[in-house]
Amino acid sequence: MVNKLLNFFEQLGSGFRARLIKLGAGTRLFFLIIIYSADSFKRIHLTIKEIYFTGVLSLVIIVVSAFFVGMVLGLQGYYTLEKYGSSEAIGVLVALALVRELGPVVTALLFAGRAGTAITAEIGLMKATEQLSAMEMMAVSPVARIIAPRFWAGMISMPILATIFSMVGILGGYVIAVIIIGVDEGAFWSQMQANVDFHNDIVDGAVKSIVFGFACTMIALFEGLDAPPTAEGVSRATTRTVVISSLAVLGLDFVLTSFMFV
Amino acid sequence: MDRIKLDIWVGILVTIGVISLFGLATKVGNLTSNSIKNTYSVIAHFENIGGLKPKAPVKSAGVVVGRVDTIIFDTNAYHAVVKINIDGRYIFPKDTFANIYTAGLLGEQYVALEAGGDLENLVANDRIMQTQDAVVLEKLISQFLYNSASKEE
Repeated sequence: MVNKLLNFFEQLGSGFRARLIKLGAGTRLFFLIIIYSADSFKRIHLTIKEIYFTGVLSLVIIVVSAFFVGMVLGLQGYYTLEKYGSSEAIGVLVALALVRELGPVVTALLFAGRAGTAITAEIGLMKATEQLSAMEMMAVSPVARIIAPRFWAGMISMPILATIFSMVGILGGYVIAVIIIGVDEGAFWSQMQANVDFHNDIVDGAVKSIVFGFACTMIALFEGLDAPPTAEGVSRATTRTVVISSLAVLGLDFVLTSFMFV
Repeated sequence: MDRIKLDIWVGILVTIGVISLFGLATKVGNLTSNSIKNTYSVIAHFENIGGLKPKAPVKSAGVVVGRVDTIIFDTNAYHAVVKINIDGRYIFPKDTFANIYTAGLLGEQYVALEAGGDLENLVANDRIMQTQDAVVLEKLISQFLYNSASKEE
């Protein structure tokens, strides 16, 4: 009995220590990235190449899913609002839901699945095939050459993608509400403009997307570097990236929302 | 893929992003309609402001002519002091009447200005002397109940 209790505490302690070490290593990685950013900005084409892979290639999935999310919001909102005789408020509902919540959150989830996994797998495989060690042997810093460009690419493309998601989603809602159902077009836009505030809603949504971009990119980079150098290790790290990123995005979303929209 | 092609694609991404942000700011948000720069502020004392909030519209004849700036509680008179920013294009006589009304049955509350007949006009930091408080629904119902009860006697 006493042994079991001791065992439990030992496991609790070692688990806590392991997570604490990971957190410390992640923070150290962040500071290393900041230090080596100047070096990597000298070769800006590396960052632009990564923006192409994380941003431009994610554009199709972002635009298509945003359009469908907007159309679903339009349909669902219309059926509910019509019961209260205020179907003109559909524009406000679609715009606020997208700008405040769905835009940043769904974009971050898709971003973690589309770009985060690619980053983890790529860096994990580079580590497994000792490309990173080879770079160090040639006195090329892997942080400046590999990690920092991917970090900045994620930080830059995530807010852009979230903004595009919100705008395309609102257009999807417009197609359903105005063109297909026939809500008055003037009421759709004017109610939206009267109730969506630029500083409180749109800027706060953008701040959310920047925070999510930071979290997703850092988790993907860290898991890639932390992966055991085996095929199994890389596959597990890729899975962990998606799971941890999604949980972090949803948790951070709650914290940010409770700070912003009181 | 060569470098120029990458640059073009990233440029396209950034352009779409900027267009989206511009669309959100002007078409969806209120960045364009909220930019009344040239305003003058007046204050009005109310005994009860109901649910009036900062940034609530100030209307005259239904047209938005300004916004509520701040609402503070004055402990000398135990009144609410409401500071109102009025668009500089509109001038009102000194004896303008300020009411607090509700938009719709359960909508937001706003300040309505009814122009008087004074020859002098309101200038910055003036006080609107004639005000009417927000209607409190419970008070109204209780008055109605007392009235109907006294009629029955």
